[in-house]
Amino acid sequence: MSGALLDARLVVERGAFRLDVPLRVAPGEVVALLGPNGAGKTTALRALAGLHPLTNGHVTLDGIDLDRPATRGWVPTERRSIGVVFQDYLLFPHLSALDNVAFGPRRHGVDRRASRATAREWLGRVGLSAQAHRRPRQLSGGQAQRVALARALAVAPALLLLDEPLAALDARTRLDTRAELHRHLSAHPGATVLVTHDPLDALALADRLVIVEGGRVVQEGDGPSVTARPRTDYVARLVGLNLYRGRAEGHGVRVAPELTLTVADRLDGEAFVAFRPAAVALHPTRPEGSPRNTWAGTVAGVQRHGDNVRVQLDGPIGVAADVTPAAAAQLRLAQGQRVWVAVKAAETHAYPATG
Amino acid sequence: MTQVRDHTAPRRRGRVPAALLVPAGLGLLFLVLPLAGLVIRAPWTTLPQRLTEPGALTALRLSVQTATLATVLCLLLGVPLAWMLARVEFPGRRLVRALVTVPLVLPPVVGGVALLLVFGRRGLLGGWLDATFGITLPFTTAGVVLAESFVAMPFLVIAVEGALRAADHRYEEAAATLGASRWTTFTHVTLPLVAPGLAAGAVLCWARALGEFGATITFAGNYPGRTQTMPLAVYLALETDLESAIVLSLVLLVVSVGILVALRDRWMTSA
Repeated sequence: MSGALLDARLVVERGAFRLDVPLRVAPGEVVALLGPNGAGKTTALRALAGLHPLTNGHVTLDGIDLDRPATRGWVPTERRSIGVVFQDYLLFPHLSALDNVAFGPRRHGVDRRASRATAREWLGRVGLSAQAHRRPRQLSGGQAQRVALARALAVAPALLLLDEPLAALDARTRLDTRAELHRHLSAHPGATVLVTHDPLDALALADRLVIVEGGRVVQEGDGPSVTARPRTDYVARLVGLNLYRGRAEGHGVRVAPELTLTVADRLDGEAFVAFRPAAVALHPTRPEGSPRNTWAGTVAGVQRHGDNVRVQLDGPIGVAADVTPAAAAQLRLAQGQRVWVAVKAAETHAYPATG
Repeated sequence: MTQVRDHTAPRRRGRVPAALLVPAGLGLLFLVLPLAGLVIRAPWTTLPQRLTEPGALTALRLSVQTATLATVLCLLLGVPLAWMLARVEFPGRRLVRALVTVPLVLPPVVGGVALLLVFGRRGLLGGWLDATFGITLPFTTAGVVLAESFVAMPFLVIAVEGALRAADHRYEEAAATLGASRWTTFTHVTLPLVAPGLAAGAVLCWARALGEFGATITFAGNYPGRTQTMPLAVYLALETDLESAIVLSLVLLVVSVGILVALRDRWMTSA
């Protein structure tokens, strides 16, 4: 990736919290910073925008150092080639949609008429020509989001930053807006960094995911590889997988002192084992002569999950199992009940934990 | 235990205690009665004639002019001061904020004396102004504006600073990401956002300047046509012509009520 438009190592220290995230984004690429609340995603975004100075590291955009504490290099926010879509949009309440979008071009030295022409064009692109003269408070959530996007893109930024761009929308608007946003992000020639805690948004919008937890990158890759091979509990939960770490020897991975899982893959050393909750079978008694991965567990919780019932089980390893309501009724599942847990080796997926 | 309760009766929170009701009523009466007295004692038959007397008109014009100029001066100096207090972290900010509010609690006469000591002909700055530019401030119309500004500016600064603190500063960050310098952000985003608070502050400031008496008479004196504003004219008239004083007071009362109505209708309800 020598052709990175954005090359950054974001180090921000704030009290006990330390953010240290390396980030390289190629032209036209969309990278999602995905992580739980408090992981430091928004701080990373603010550092890129120059709204929060770095403690260390650097932000280099298109070969220019925007922030490099070591050499005291600093370009203030207003002189960076960036566009930001804030979580609650922050459209200027005293300006019409058109003037909101024209604000950026106007500040970049374009005269009033040309700025408005650009703004009109962008509003057209996001399908809001008819709402050009409305004030932000007269716009729906989805419309405001599109105005905010048009406003950020109207300055043709080299780096587009989006902070939870869909979080403020209701579920229905979110679906439409997500598809439309994807179209615009794909068309954006510059680098795009978006911050979200929603895996669906990240998978739908980004070419590459960077998972941040506790201020550090814990996993990185494109959507399919991250969802297939989660490396932390957070990611596993996001994509709905059971995930364990252990020591592999051939087809066995020791995930707990008294439990070794038999897996289809063959590998050695530190490894992850992942399997879907639906791959877990529950039995009232020890199953005879069938799957090799069986152990006794205790029901810790039962709740509805889509069409199925999700059962949380304690035991040598905690595990989530999805069973049909009929099966759940047959087993008479209740908290504290002991059941036998079985997972077929063929349903597991094991991969090295290192590298 | 045998008491029967009527459950159909609307729930009550109990009677208003007399210990609160009586003083509350007295307080209201105390505030309203003098104003009513002013209206009752007004010489309504000779009112038009008295209003158009040259002395009254001159005082009114001077008052409106100086109060407006004082408000402009307060806006020019007070808004940046409020912005500094609300937006910039600097050492001693709390002290500065306290200093700004001093004229609010200071007796205006003391303010007038202080102004004389600084801007008087032999004052700290006055002597230099006189010698270098030939500018004399005490006992001039400019002096009236200065005295009124001194007393009225805290009202503006406090109102605008409050509005700035209440306004979401992230709009300013959004403006910066769009390429706006701090000054452009101030004029194009911050000021429009705090416009209601700014207007309310300016009106309060204007009203306070219009009613200024103590600092004005101390620093600018009482020369008809030059430094004699309405409050000064009222005071002077009281010693010679009671009815005239009543009429001038009535004018100030009408202006004050007008401001109150304007504030309620235009800003207070929307805020």
